[in-house]
Amino acid sequence: MTSNTSSHIPSGPAAAAFLSGAIGLFVIGLLTTLSEASHAVGNALNWYDPSGSLVGKTGVGIIVWLIAWFFLNKKWQDEEVNLKSMFTWAIIIAALGFLLTFPPFFSVFKG
Amino acid sequence: MFGLSFTPREFWAVIHGMILGGLFLISFAGGLAGLYMMRPQWMTVEGLRKQAHYLVTGAWIMAVVAWLTVITGTYIVYPWYRAKPPEGADLTMYPRSFLKANEAIAAWHNFGMEWKEHVAWFAPILATVVAYIVWRYRDQLAEDDRLRKYTIIFFVLAFLAAAVAGLLGALITKAAPVA
Repeated sequence: MTSNTSSHIPSGPAAAAFLSGAIGLFVIGLLTTLSEASHAVGNALNWYDPSGSLVGKTGVGIIVWLIAWFFLNKKWQDEEVNLKSMFTWAIIIAALGFLLTFPPFFSVFKG
Repeated sequence: MFGLSFTPREFWAVIHGMILGGLFLISFAGGLAGLYMMRPQWMTVEGLRKQAHYLVTGAWIMAVVAWLTVITGTYIVYPWYRAKPPEGADLTMYPRSFLKANEAIAAWHNFGMEWKEHVAWFAPILATVVAYIVWRYRDQLAEDDRLRKYTIIFFVLAFLAAAVAGLLGALITKAAPVA
């Protein structure tokens, strides 16, 4: 594995990585709360019965994370972006992801 | 040997929680120190290059270990935890049902396992992001204070997610072992 160490790498790829990672966390959190609120969502995410809907929630989260990373990286790979702003958004989105997996929060929506 | 033996369930619980999960949590301190020390005023050019090399290797190993931890947990250990007991079965062999049947300890499932099983998956995603940035930017991390700080924050979040999952896992196992 090699990377370009001789020239300056713009902030775009870092912003894409931070933001897409946070999006992955948010999607897992969102699906956790949605499957608690709706049995239909929970059943749709039950991709592997011995582990229940956990597999679907994390599977969709990982797929969305990787797709978001691919497109954001493609868009920003040679660009300087406002890393402070993008990272702030990433932290907000990731914090929402943590909140949405927190049982006292998602049990409020229990269907 | 020495009168020590594990059931297959105990063996995988040890691999998942103590070996893989433990390795991730223990190696965090080294990774954090490595990232924090990436400063041009503290190191020679050669030192920074070597430090970056070790960080890249260590960060990718940590990311792989985090993935293996959640994969073994979700696909091997968790099905034993949540298995439905047949009529009249000894519930101590079915941890989820055992916990839910007893109101005094039901919170270990309703809060503990419900949070652990989801938040644990945050650790490998965050650790992969950190590994990618360390690999892509290498010694540029030493010059860019802001990027290094943001990478450290994501690294700490990965640790916190793994620590919550690990701590809850240990406590749940104490209340209702997967044996």
